[in-house]
Amino acid sequence: MSYIAIRMLMGDRSKYLGIIMGLTFASLIMTQQPAIFVGLMTRSFSFISDVGLPDIWVMDPKVQFVDDVKPLQDTELYRVRGVSGVDWAMPLYKGLIKARLTNGNFQTCNVIGLDDATLIGGPPEMIEGRLEDLRRADSVIVDQYGANEKLGVKGPDGTLSPLKVGDLLELNDHRAIVVGIAKTTRTFQSQPVVYTTYSRAKNMAPRERKLLSFILVKAKPSVDLEELTRNIESHTGLAAYTQKGFQELTYNYYMKNTGIPINFGISVALGFLVGAAIAGQTFYSFTLENLRQFAVLKAMGAGNGTLLMMILLQASIVGIIGYGLGVGLTSVFGWAMRNTILSFKFPWQLLVFSGVGVMLICLIAAGISIRKVMTLEPAMVFKT
Amino acid sequence: MRVTPMMAVHCRNLTKRYQAGGQEVMALRGVHLDIPVGQLMMLVGPSGCGKTTLISVIAGILDQDEGTCEVYGVDLKSLSDRDKLAFRAKNIGFVFQSYNLLPSLTAQENAAVPLIINGVKRPLALQAAREILDRVGLGQRLTSMPSQLSGGQQQRVAIARSLVHDPRLIVCDEPTSALDHDTGQRVMELLKGVALDAGKALIIVTHDERIFEFADTIAHMDDGNIVKSPSLQPTFTSPY
Repeated sequence: MSYIAIRMLMGDRSKYLGIIMGLTFASLIMTQQPAIFVGLMTRSFSFISDVGLPDIWVMDPKVQFVDDVKPLQDTELYRVRGVSGVDWAMPLYKGLIKARLTNGNFQTCNVIGLDDATLIGGPPEMIEGRLEDLRRADSVIVDQYGANEKLGVKGPDGTLSPLKVGDLLELNDHRAIVVGIAKTTRTFQSQPVVYTTYSRAKNMAPRERKLLSFILVKAKPSVDLEELTRNIESHTGLAAYTQKGFQELTYNYYMKNTGIPINFGISVALGFLVGAAIAGQTFYSFTLENLRQFAVLKAMGAGNGTLLMMILLQASIVGIIGYGLGVGLTSVFGWAMRNTILSFKFPWQLLVFSGVGVMLICLIAAGISIRKVMTLEPAMVFKT
Repeated sequence: MRVTPMMAVHCRNLTKRYQAGGQEVMALRGVHLDIPVGQLMMLVGPSGCGKTTLISVIAGILDQDEGTCEVYGVDLKSLSDRDKLAFRAKNIGFVFQSYNLLPSLTAQENAAVPLIINGVKRPLALQAAREILDRVGLGQRLTSMPSQLSGGQQQRVAIARSLVHDPRLIVCDEPTSALDHDTGQRVMELLKGVALDAGKALIIVTHDERIFEFADTIAHMDDGNIVKSPSLQPTFTSPY
């Protein structure tokens, strides 16, 4: 009977394609939109992920997320270093400074000031130059996206010339020379990231009484990180998070305080509803048109259980094809956008999520059809 | 009284009521009917007289309200739904006025459907379908879709489908009414020649007086009852 079910399904080509299109659309929306959302959310803490070396981030207790910098006094650094279990603690400056490009345009940059001696907190990978080059006078390292896009200079013919090693910038009226290009993960704001030393960053930054953004801490071997964060908090009155904890703090801030989850949630819900409506309505219409065929099968001795299995099989086939096409299109979309500013991250959990969504749509579509077939009177076959 | 082994259908005092438009309609009013094994009985009568209801009850796809209807000694109403389905799948063949072929299956696949319902493996079912289609003269049209066949050819596929699982009772509803005279005659010859093997019986509901000559007996129905007992092959002109 499976064979008959499949032939019945594929025999009505237009409806078959209609149902698959509906499910493909639903599957596409239910994977592509969350993939962008996950990508965007990952970017919210990408800076924390890129600074891989420290175990613990220490900051003002009022900090809500990584870009919500509330500066500390430099003396806090020494208090943290004095906490038992701390192997080392380094300062980190993070702030927005306007850069003046050679063509006179301005671009706000995310300036990161690294400890002068150790350069801890630097970019994860260098494309050109070396991190140690930051020890040269007025030197900065720029991230590749910033160098290629926002810090690039448009020539008279409209072509964009990327910022190169050796080029000059003005950061808050301070001369800066590019000594390296770094590979970093794009950040949520997508601003260029400029790395320099802590002392140079303080010089460049607008005058403020306090300029220490974060203290990066490495725990001594075999020290429990959660316990150390509690120790730092109790000894200094500051907030301390493990790297994962700080990522979660940032992630939760965006989830709770921005409209991003709602916007994407609405898109996903609409995708589900539209997909369910198209697929459900077309599948129901397909069943209605085949009602006589089901009645013939019923008259010939096919039971309700057999017909139920046939409908579920038909729903499963269109579900699997639609799901596969939707996920495939999402993957193609992600691949095509891999080098653009668009955020896209496609973890396996999204496959499960959209799979469950498509399965629900198929069950809804099959459910409304099944009832009709189950209550079908086989005597209708004698009516013309 | 137990039905004799030679009686294919033995109905006594069959009644069936419907609710239509808030009113009760008596479709069958105490019908008595016997169809001996090996006979082709035609059931004739005006539209709405209860013919379709009667064959639905005989075929086990509708339960009567009162009375008994035994098919080859089995009272279908006494069977569970599951047993009734199994009985129907094994013992009853159907031929419909509008053929009711599955449009997305080939002639061969359509003819194989009853065997597949009976759990026969598809290759074996297709082989049996090929043989029966050969017998009805469609051996060359195995892979044709119903839409590629003429009305007569479609009805022959339907006949092949009704016979493929070797049922004991074949129920036909207006099998020739959509066909021209010559095609109708050929279909009837086929039904009588191929379907009416030993041990089988045919019941045909029809308005088509051109095929009365093929009947062994004719039962006349009107207003939910048999008004004229089954008679031998008619010598009259139908009033319907």
